[in-house]
Amino acid sequence: MRGARFEVIKLGDKLPERAFKPDNVQLFMYNAALWNAHRIHFDTPYATEIEGYPGLVIAGPLLGDWLNQCVVDWLGDDGVLLSIEYSNRKAAYIGETLRSVGKVLAIRPEQGEIELEVNIVNEASEVIAPGIAVAGFHTKGMS
Amino acid sequence: MSTLLSDDLLANIGRSSSPRQELVSRREIRKYSIATSQRQRKFLDGDEAPPMFHVALFWDVVELNQLSPDGVSIDTLLPKFPLERAMAGGLKIDYHQAIRDGDLLTATRTLTGIYEKQGSQGPLIFYEVVMEVVNEAGEPVLTEKTTRILR
Repeated sequence: MRGARFEVIKLGDKLPERAFKPDNVQLFMYNAALWNAHRIHFDTPYATEIEGYPGLVIAGPLLGDWLNQCVVDWLGDDGVLLSIEYSNRKAAYIGETLRSVGKVLAIRPEQGEIELEVNIVNEASEVIAPGIAVAGFHTKGMS
Repeated sequence: MSTLLSDDLLANIGRSSSPRQELVSRREIRKYSIATSQRQRKFLDGDEAPPMFHVALFWDVVELNQLSPDGVSIDTLLPKFPLERAMAGGLKIDYHQAIRDGDLLTATRTLTGIYEKQGSQGPLIFYEVVMEVVNEAGEPVLTEKTTRILR
């Protein structure tokens, strides 16, 4: 059984965009929640002078998390995220505003599944973290 | 074609870490959810863990003297590779069921692949690590495959 939501999803439908502007506090809290002490995320002199980055580097899996959120916030209670695949192609730094965007790539009615393209995009409109996700709209086994 | 990958290095494929068990707490879910700007109440209140919470749950907890000078913990599952500069990496996660407060989860990591490709500026080494997470009943909770590129 599938909910009514599945029936109205169309190829190319856009997922709501969301802007993110992580600051030092958020980056600190994220890495603290992980227990990640990598200096490039909190030690500005180290990140810039030793590693040669233009600033503090936003943690790669935080961008990945925002791709996941892009999908689950669009799904709400209508479906579940079954899988996601993404890569970190280019670094982002504190001070940048990033956006999560997405669209419906494929609809598989026989499986009750939707394939989605999701991307994290920077201010220069470069895709810095591309991803593909699969969402399921079966009522059975839904969390 | 010459290869950077010796038989000794390739012999590491199939190595697994000893299983790690972690108890999921509402507090840890809430901290992760706030730090990642989650918007759904069930995540912010810690009723259910958002996707990718397992990244925090199973991040290696090591003592200060086990960190390298840049603050990184050494991944003991990995052999020493002939290339060391890490480039972009990727992740594939299959979610089987939600994670909730009180779950006792076990993660096992396996080095599943090491291979070489020719990049535009020289050879690249790829390696893959698969992490299987199961619950107390032994049911699959999620599978995560990490691919890293070294140059």
